[in-house]
Amino acid sequence: MNLTVNGSPVSLTSDGETPLLTALRDELGLVGTRFGCGQGLCGACHVNVDGAVLPSCQTPLWQVEGRSVTTVEGLGRDGAPHPVQQAIVDHQAAQCGFCISGIVVTAAALLEQEPDADADRVAEALDRNLCRCGAQRRIVGAVLAARRPT
Amino acid sequence: MSDLPAHVVANPRLGTWVTAAPDRLHVEVHVGKVELGQGIVTALAQIAADALGLPLSRIRMVPAHTTHGPDQGLTAGSLSVTQTGPALRHVGAVVRALADPSAEGYVERIAALDPDTDLRVAPTAGSVTSAAVGCSTPRLDLPDKVLGRPRYLADLRPEGLLHGRVLRPPSVGATLAELDPDWKAPGVELVRDGSFVGVVGEREVDVDRALEQLRRDCRWDEQDLLPDEDDLPAWLRTGPHEEIAVLDEGGPETVALTASYSKPFLVHASIAPSVGLARWGDGTLRAWSHSQGIHPLRAAIAQALALDPAAVEVEHVENAGCYGHNAADDAAFDAVLLARAVPGRPVLARWTRPDELAWAPLSSAMTVTVSAGLVDGRITGWCYDVWSQGHTSRPGFRGTPGLLAGASLATPVPLPPPSDPPLATGGGTTRNAVPIYDVGPRRIVGHRKAETPLRTSAMRALGSYLNVFAIESFVDELADAAGADPVEFRLAHLSDPRAAHVVATAAELAGWSDPLPEDVGRGLGFARYKDRGAYCAVVAEVAAASTVAVRRLTVVADLGLVVNPDGARNQLEGGATQATSWTTTERVRFDRRRITSDDWESYPILRFAQAPAVDVHLVESTAPSLGSGEAAQGPTAAAIANAVQRALGVRVRDLPLDADAVVRAIDQSA
Repeated sequence: MNLTVNGSPVSLTSDGETPLLTALRDELGLVGTRFGCGQGLCGACHVNVDGAVLPSCQTPLWQVEGRSVTTVEGLGRDGAPHPVQQAIVDHQAAQCGFCISGIVVTAAALLEQEPDADADRVAEALDRNLCRCGAQRRIVGAVLAARRPT
Repeated sequence: MSDLPAHVVANPRLGTWVTAAPDRLHVEVHVGKVELGQGIVTALAQIAADALGLPLSRIRMVPAHTTHGPDQGLTAGSLSVTQTGPALRHVGAVVRALADPSAEGYVERIAALDPDTDLRVAPTAGSVTSAAVGCSTPRLDLPDKVLGRPRYLADLRPEGLLHGRVLRPPSVGATLAELDPDWKAPGVELVRDGSFVGVVGEREVDVDRALEQLRRDCRWDEQDLLPDEDDLPAWLRTGPHEEIAVLDEGGPETVALTASYSKPFLVHASIAPSVGLARWGDGTLRAWSHSQGIHPLRAAIAQALALDPAAVEVEHVENAGCYGHNAADDAAFDAVLLARAVPGRPVLARWTRPDELAWAPLSSAMTVTVSAGLVDGRITGWCYDVWSQGHTSRPGFRGTPGLLAGASLATPVPLPPPSDPPLATGGGTTRNAVPIYDVGPRRIVGHRKAETPLRTSAMRALGSYLNVFAIESFVDELADAAGADPVEFRLAHLSDPRAAHVVATAAELAGWSDPLPEDVGRGLGFARYKDRGAYCAVVAEVAAASTVAVRRLTVVADLGLVVNPDGARNQLEGGATQATSWTTTERVRFDRRRITSDDWESYPILRFAQAPAVDVHLVESTAPSLGSGEAAQGPTAAAIANAVQRALGVRVRDLPLDADAVVRAIDQSA
């Protein structure tokens, strides 16, 4: 299986039915994408595939062959976090943080497509991301702060 | 001697708390309290920095470890700052007395201190002014988590790692009837001990697939052991019970009002399934766990397997928030059992989502009946009965290991019915069962169900959640009966000035008397957590029509001296938001055999668009610090119910308070 992960071509030995999440974590060691439910219902494993946000636990490798996958590790690089990541730290918009990888990926994709998204739109975009600690309102505030200055 | 902090007396060796880092620039601080997403490690680092007379940047917090760090019991009960703050201040005072922080080479001198120095008798330096305490220091652990760096237990990849999965029985009490003794699946090894079955393998994809194959290939004997989900209050009231006598002052002479309230079973519903890592070898069993109590877990593992506790080591590694006793300890024991079959190899055992929702300990269903006298607008007596399962099944409870897999082993280690923490540490069933108000003579009794098929244990606030919901709903009902405003009625019955201040401030900040649109109501709930913890009042603004939408929560808390104001606010916001989810949405579902709410569709929790705005105000105080993580839950539930009553004129007494409950309440009142 050949695909691009965080800008680099990779060749995976896992078979095509292997969930992308398992391949990312187990074969590539990219553990920033979290396993939350394995059923595509919590958002903790969200990744960006050619601009679309997908639950990687429900995405078999064959479906992403030849495509470009961006994980949370690919959004922020050494010393240069993505604006959404920086805003979440600035606003302390997390508690346990387990949901945050998927939220960062989802919110970054939203702001890419809708740089002026308002609070309702951010909450709507994050509808498939669950947060159990109750940091939702802080997270929405952080995503709004991460918008490009207009 | 008498004023020595209890956790210093229990852990009197200096080297248990403080060591110099190898770089001789940083000081390592060892605590037994663990990071659960509540920010405690950051708050304790702030306290340690001040106590040692160092900037925060020179402190390194070391994860809790049964061999190298202090035994501080559980990270629970909102007690971490209360218990650890005085201990760290004492340790710091000893270090400053022995190592002179004012001259160059302080850390070198700390490195040269005798680690066996007895903290109980060592000299102490005077107190220091706070530098870090009181600041909203950013969380030390968040950058890793936000950048997606390895940080959680499931991210560890030690040399030789094997992945493991355990097949849980399909229902409570099920026993394994049939599995082919020659069962095989690609890339895995089967581990079986009685009805405990699992697999280990090199690759995660193989163990996941093998688990599904195993699920198809196992035959189980099952029984219908579960109660009627739609009649839980009656079931809870059916004995036998263990009686908990809290107060008996007689109760009211004449009863003016009686009401009953209830909540269903809930579950912690951590976003991460529980996970454990273990390795047997070199005469030592090592386990890594996100348990709230690594020392009790070590003792439980040793007891369950008849090992010398000294040959078992447990280290804490973070996972997602647990909100109480979830499956963390059970997953650690699963890893121990799987790793026993592959000596020398570390095994990472991760639970599945359905197992986390169906097999982790639940928060007990509860029901309350309360009655009171009311004369000339004053409460003249109070009678309160609460029925519940116990609120602890933690490792060590009732003298047993309390680890789930133990019940499935060929030589079973049984799981007795849940118990409660002692009344002296807040109790469980009867936590916050005593009203804070001046209510005249009181009779307050808890009835803990002595036999049950369902395992329940501590979830944030324990019995306090329903007790405060019931008391604060009932106080509103009494205020209505007295023709009084609920805030004025409370203030007239509150003699504790800190309590009155919190209630009055919440009402003022929420614009208590400001007009609201039709179908929108404002309600207040208040409690002092565990009667001696944080004071917290919540005003909820709720739009109630075809749905129950909690729009805004105003939270006012008196936490004493606040170590990290933003961290405390975050805890209160999160606690109130999570309680909004419990109150309006959540209910464990089951038929007479199986728990059926085992995914996020059958056990929905609050979503982003449903999360209320939360405004938090902290009362300025220099009183001793009190924890914030469990203060808001009960008050939030009551505030929402009281707001619904004021919006629609109907009283919902049985949770969850969803649209169906509102319809039922309207039908009943018609």
